[in-house]
Amino acid sequence: MNALQQYIDLFDASRDVIEQQSPELLNTLRRAAREQLQDARLPRKGSEDYEATDLEAVFAHDYGVNVNRLPFDADLANTFHCDVPNMSTCLYYTSNDAFHSSATAERNIGQVVVEPFSMAAVDYPELMSAYYGKLARMSDPTVALNSLLVQDGLFIYVPDGVIAERPIQLVNIFNAALDMMVQRRLLIIVGKNASVKLLACDHTQSPDYRYLNNQVVEIVAMQGATLDFYDMEESTPLTSRVSSIYVDQHEGSNVLIDGITLINGFTRNNYHVEVNGEHAETQLLGMTIASGEQHVDSHTFISHNAPRCHSNEMFKYVLNDNAVGAFAGKILVKPNCPRVEAYQGNRNLCGAPTAKIYTKPQLEIYTDDVMCSHGSAVGQLDEEALFYMRTRGIGIDEARRLLMQAFVADVIDGVRLDALKDRLHYLVEKRFAGTLSNCASCAQACRVNQEK
Amino acid sequence: MKETEKPEKGNQIIEEAAQAEYKYGFVTDIETEVIPKGLDEDVVRRISALKGEPEWLLEFRLKAYRYWLTLKAPTWGHVHVPDIDYQDISYYAAPRQKIASDKKEIDPELKKTFDKLGIPLEEQLRLSGMAVDAVMDSVSVKTTYRERLAELGVIFCSISEAVKDYPDLVRKYLGKVVPYTDNFYAALNSAVFSDGSFVYIPKGVRCPMELSTYFRINAAQTGQFERTLIVADDDAYVSYLEGCTAPMRDENQLHAAIVEIIVEDRAEVKYSTVQNWYPGDKDGKGGIYNLVTKRGLCRGDHSKLSWTQVETGSAITWKYPSCVLKGDHSTGEFYSVALTNNWQEADTGTKMIHLGKNSTSTIVSKGISAGHSQNSYRGMVKIAPKATGCRNFTQCDSLLLSDTSGAHTFPVIEVGNDTSVVEHEATTSKINEDQIFYCNQRGISTEDAVGLIVNGYAKEVMAKLPMEFAVEAQKLLSVSLEGAVG
Repeated sequence: MNALQQYIDLFDASRDVIEQQSPELLNTLRRAAREQLQDARLPRKGSEDYEATDLEAVFAHDYGVNVNRLPFDADLANTFHCDVPNMSTCLYYTSNDAFHSSATAERNIGQVVVEPFSMAAVDYPELMSAYYGKLARMSDPTVALNSLLVQDGLFIYVPDGVIAERPIQLVNIFNAALDMMVQRRLLIIVGKNASVKLLACDHTQSPDYRYLNNQVVEIVAMQGATLDFYDMEESTPLTSRVSSIYVDQHEGSNVLIDGITLINGFTRNNYHVEVNGEHAETQLLGMTIASGEQHVDSHTFISHNAPRCHSNEMFKYVLNDNAVGAFAGKILVKPNCPRVEAYQGNRNLCGAPTAKIYTKPQLEIYTDDVMCSHGSAVGQLDEEALFYMRTRGIGIDEARRLLMQAFVADVIDGVRLDALKDRLHYLVEKRFAGTLSNCASCAQACRVNQEK
Repeated sequence: MKETEKPEKGNQIIEEAAQAEYKYGFVTDIETEVIPKGLDEDVVRRISALKGEPEWLLEFRLKAYRYWLTLKAPTWGHVHVPDIDYQDISYYAAPRQKIASDKKEIDPELKKTFDKLGIPLEEQLRLSGMAVDAVMDSVSVKTTYRERLAELGVIFCSISEAVKDYPDLVRKYLGKVVPYTDNFYAALNSAVFSDGSFVYIPKGVRCPMELSTYFRINAAQTGQFERTLIVADDDAYVSYLEGCTAPMRDENQLHAAIVEIIVEDRAEVKYSTVQNWYPGDKDGKGGIYNLVTKRGLCRGDHSKLSWTQVETGSAITWKYPSCVLKGDHSTGEFYSVALTNNWQEADTGTKMIHLGKNSTSTIVSKGISAGHSQNSYRGMVKIAPKATGCRNFTQCDSLLLSDTSGAHTFPVIEVGNDTSVVEHEATTSKINEDQIFYCNQRGISTEDAVGLIVNGYAKEVMAKLPMEFAVEAQKLLSVSLEGAVG
């Protein structure tokens, strides 16, 4: 079986339609992607770096692909809200793989450029052609597949010296009355000494259909740039996601990526960071709360190609029921990169006999004057702490919840936006209490509850 | 005055070492029977015939050989094993002894060799109090203290003899822990293995002395494929040591061994290795390829297996002494110091497979890289869903002594239930400059200071070695580091 074949066949059959509906720049990569996929196979469970994850099975389902770019629901801004209280954001929507802006999107105008590839290809042709597809590695078949079928994407550009006042919020929604695969694509360029915060959340509106998001994000952080990227997933058990984030960091840049998975079906998150300038700082944070049949696999690779850089990774998993968690991280320090400090941590709480965790923290160091470490632990809640709380009249379930919240708290505290931090604490609390329904964070759902 | 005396003494050791470089690099001038180079079914048959083996063992070898033909050499290790021409190696080399081979007496030339290596083959040398099985190239030269051990029922002999004298025991256990289908080198070894030791400790016996095997490669252009099988029956205890050296040669030589250990109820086996194969010269020329499969099965409840290794030799090391913890409450331990210098490459670590309930394991790995060497820890801790209440602690530290060397860690952890606790910690850093400065201040030269710090760093593992080995290993560490400090 080769799950890729159906998509290759689809491409071969509808190449003209796909190319007509895409900016010319996106078509330039298709040939290379097609060649790459000719003999490629999706990794199966057990292959290197896919110890717990079977991508072949994820892509094998017969998903629909919207090559004709039929519009689905245009009035998203009015039907779907994903509010963070006390935070004013510039809000944008992606419905399946089509981009919409909202009324609040105007606020950053003059500072930050957020527009679909189709517009960016006209407005910023140099930037687009200089960076599109340059970081993502086509050797990964999912990236090649994205490049093969992608018809639009989102271009975010913060010009040199611009400090974006408001965070950019991107709400990605699946809403279609059929099983569907989308190729989401983001290109984020943060100019010299510029700064921006980006909050992305993935939701699924119709829980009865199967969706697959095959996403590629390319991030360039120029000299002295600062980027916070909060990537939250709160979808449905039938939603799958394969996300590959590629980062190119220049001198003195500061990048924080925080991946949060609260509800999902299958998720594979790849983080590939190339630290190319001195004094650059990288933070990768990850938090997963999984129960039922949820499957979350994170794979990080940080390559230190310059001296005097700092990186820090912390991934925490709380697994219950039949959930499967996997973490594989590698830190590479290339030769002649002294004074690099790189830390990696992975902590896992296994809350049920049938939950499974796979972890593979790796170091590959070719310079002697470095400080690198990794730590990984799998365990349970501290019985003595539970006992202590019970002696003080806190019920066992409540005590467990408190301890689990405390366990993930430091990942949430790494968030550099206070309002979002509060909101995450609240969401996590609800998630542990089991009262976080799908889209509970959405204003619409809150309104419905209030009306009741 | 004490302060000034110390470094002098330390210098002396290093100077000695510097002059000798690799002091076991001599060649014994002895007539050796070598079968022609090449490998096919006839060669396998011939090895089997030379050793006078029964039919079932020949069948085992042939099955392994046919399976090996279907395999490709593994490439996943962080080592660069060049394409080995398996037809350019001689698979059997036996030193021809001038004295009749009843093993009461051994050839003086051989005795001289082992004396030079510091291995007493004469039982009068009671001081060392250690029973030794000495293996040169493909045959066992002599096994000491056999009679005394036999009184207790302990069987300690070369595996070729065991095949003849205890065929049932060997047949029962051979290939049960490491089947010939395990990996490329295990299949090769199963097809052409020559000599090694066989140890059987009967029920309730605590082996009164350390058992030791000393492996020596002497003949040129040959490979050594030894096979060791250790069985500790219920309530038995044995401590087993393994040492190895080889002459300095410009070409690379292959050493692909298998060690199998079976530990029954409440038994304990302690397996220590000081691996000092010729590592090649300072330009990376020559040296042994040490591609070894070692695995123990803790079959019984409350059984314990402990691996301790000091790896300083070999051009390439590829070895993962593992424990399959099948019995409930069984224990696996792995203590390792791996030191690489010049152009050496080491990819070593362990696997702890927890199948029994409440089984525990400890892994302590200390890597030291100098020169242009690459040193990797690769390990796996797997807790099966039914293995509840398991505990593992892993610590692997790396010390980098030069900016051209590399240190890597590749651990894998798989946990299948909610009552087990697994911890892993790893750090990589260079030697602490403050500590060196402190030593310098007190009149200790930088080189001695590094030796001191490295020995302190490795102490946790050294403490697990039997006394005689610990002293040897400590010396070996400072010797191997010679020239590593810029």
